[in-house]
Amino acid sequence: MRNQTSPRGRLRMIALAAGAVLALAGCSAGSLGSSGGGGGGVNLTWVLDSNASTMKAAESVAAAFKAQNPDITVDLESRPSGSEGDNIVKTRLATGDMPDLFLYNSGSLFQAIGPVQNLVPVTDEPWVGTLEENFKRVVTADGNVFGAPFGSQMTGAILYNKRIYAELGLQIPKTWSEFMANNAAVKAAGRVPVIQTYGDTYTSQLFVLGDFHNVAASEPDFAERYTAGQAKFATSPAALKGWQHLEELHDLGYYNEDFPTAKMEEGMRKLGDGEGVHYPMLTNGITTLAVASPEGAKDIGIFPIPGDDPAKNGLTVWSPSAVYIPKTTEGAQLDAAKKLQAFIASPAGCAAYAQGVRPNGPFAVDGCELPDDVLPAVRDFQSFVDASAFSPALEFLSPIKGPALEQITVEVGSGIRPAADGAALYDEDVRKQALQLGLPGWD
Amino acid sequence: MAITTTTSSAAPRGAAHARPAGRRPRSPYPAWFFLPAAIIYTIFFLVPTFASFYFSLTRWSLFEFEFIGLENFVQFFREPALVTGLVNTVVYGVVTSALKVVLGLLLGVLLTSQIIARGFLRSVVFFPVLVSTIGVGITFQVLMDPFGGPINEALAAVGITGPGWLTDPSLALLSVALVDVWKGVGLATVIYIAGIVSIPQEYFEAARVDGAGPLHQFRHVLLPLARPATVTVIILSLIGGLRSFDLIWAMTRGGPGFTSDVIASVIYKQYQAGFYGLSTAGNVLLFVLVTAIVLPLSRFLNRKEVEL
Repeated sequence: MRNQTSPRGRLRMIALAAGAVLALAGCSAGSLGSSGGGGGGVNLTWVLDSNASTMKAAESVAAAFKAQNPDITVDLESRPSGSEGDNIVKTRLATGDMPDLFLYNSGSLFQAIGPVQNLVPVTDEPWVGTLEENFKRVVTADGNVFGAPFGSQMTGAILYNKRIYAELGLQIPKTWSEFMANNAAVKAAGRVPVIQTYGDTYTSQLFVLGDFHNVAASEPDFAERYTAGQAKFATSPAALKGWQHLEELHDLGYYNEDFPTAKMEEGMRKLGDGEGVHYPMLTNGITTLAVASPEGAKDIGIFPIPGDDPAKNGLTVWSPSAVYIPKTTEGAQLDAAKKLQAFIASPAGCAAYAQGVRPNGPFAVDGCELPDDVLPAVRDFQSFVDASAFSPALEFLSPIKGPALEQITVEVGSGIRPAADGAALYDEDVRKQALQLGLPGWD
Repeated sequence: MAITTTTSSAAPRGAAHARPAGRRPRSPYPAWFFLPAAIIYTIFFLVPTFASFYFSLTRWSLFEFEFIGLENFVQFFREPALVTGLVNTVVYGVVTSALKVVLGLLLGVLLTSQIIARGFLRSVVFFPVLVSTIGVGITFQVLMDPFGGPINEALAAVGITGPGWLTDPSLALLSVALVDVWKGVGLATVIYIAGIVSIPQEYFEAARVDGAGPLHQFRHVLLPLARPATVTVIILSLIGGLRSFDLIWAMTRGGPGFTSDVIASVIYKQYQAGFYGLSTAGNVLLFVLVTAIVLPLSRFLNRKEVEL
């Protein structure tokens, strides 16, 4: 017994002593560092979602920023994405534990993190004037702007295979009936007309969400009335169309056989290989496309989800996420964080982003140009934006987005629930979200 | 539960000398010795429990909350997924519990009889209990994939077209329940083995002398005397089934759509969506439901046992 305890005791003594010495050394080194650095070396911590391409882009931006501001170091910290990440962001904000800057959604999710209470407004910063109008609106609360755009805009549209289109002699459809005619021709040629991937449930929402440009074209006040609790998906003929499309394509057997389990990557591979010809998706999937089918990616273009009126054909556009500063950041940290925010929202920041990751759409800052090597689909996207043939997605015009949409669209797309039923169920889901936000007109 | 009930049925012989006659001796510790435990228990268990009862009555965004009375409960009952969830929870609880009883009993009988490699077989049956539920869920998700998953490939090899185990709305929940049984039957078997082993051999010998065949012995000796084990297995697996979440979430996420949602997954989705007050209300309801089913059932089963 005694033999065992005494070395252990001695070890503990040594560990304690070492710890004390280290702590002392740490203290003095730290104070020396900050006084001797000249102008004060600042360490910023920036929280981002753990997505590989986001991290790559952020690393590139941080390095470019460090080159301009040698006394500021930026540490990246990752958090999970999706709703798990939402909860982490909310919890950290609520407990005052959020580091100097963080990346988070704009639009409806942004409204839910209590921007006025929790974030530092940047309305008076000079770079705010260079922001794209839609973007500025979706990071604004109570008349104040809060975020700098990180990354490119997205669109929810139909990615299609140009090689197969040329082979079959098809034209880009401007209306839903032309699109259905194309689908019939594709099916007759022995290929899959429309790819669906319910293994990643979020991909099922595109026929509904991406159709919003058409809804806005025929009912311009839809978003406003929807927020006020007056317009419903189930009772608005224009808004119901997206649901009906989803059901119609399923009933005709136009989806790939393995749609219930296929994941987005598999969908992109099918699209690139020409096994499937149309894939309604967000353009942030183009990064995956370039990996899943590097050769095929060069044949992929996009066109908007067709509606009824060929003259009003246009894209539904999602604004990029933004970088925000929590109110808990103060003093020198705050100044440095604001510098980084300004850098992100500048042409140099866009260029650094594009060096890390090839952008999937236009930037939301004036003066930012796409690099020359982007894929054709991104060029198609840019051309619609240049022609102003686009609308912001509903979640950027209204703070309400029902959380169960993806489950309901999976049900409608799988033939479990009819379209009208699904739309009505979603209206119920929307009501719940509106009550949670305490919006007027919903009780 | 198992241990107390089995020993109490065997008690009359051992108890007389094991327990010293007379009053219980006074505890040598003063009351304040319990204080630290009481404080910890209050801070980490009682306060959160009562706080959650309170927060179930609020609309709560983590930043601020507003008292709204019973509105969350009203909303929760309006929840379209709740009806499916409620039915599914009961179906899931009953199916898994029943299968665990039947299979656990059969395996228990088999593994207490004189068979080759008994110890090895016992560990094989118990093995799945040791594996992580999420791991099992993900593994079976791959195995049960209708497009190129090993199970359907094997079925195809003998000319059967396998169903979409996890993608067919009418099958998804049952497939998960089967995996749950596969994973949990080892524990039921162990409880049964303990129950069966504790039956004195004299009863079987007496039955054999009276000319009872193996079936009669099983029906009239083993089954009634293993009753405490049965009660334990039913109650444990029913509680487990009613509040099960991890396996369902790993395998289907309540899908396709809402078809394999159970109450626990409905609650989790509300939490994910940021409806914290609403999901807390759901938790209170789940607590009430499990108590309302299990408490009377446990009373009922244990009373019958005394009458036997």
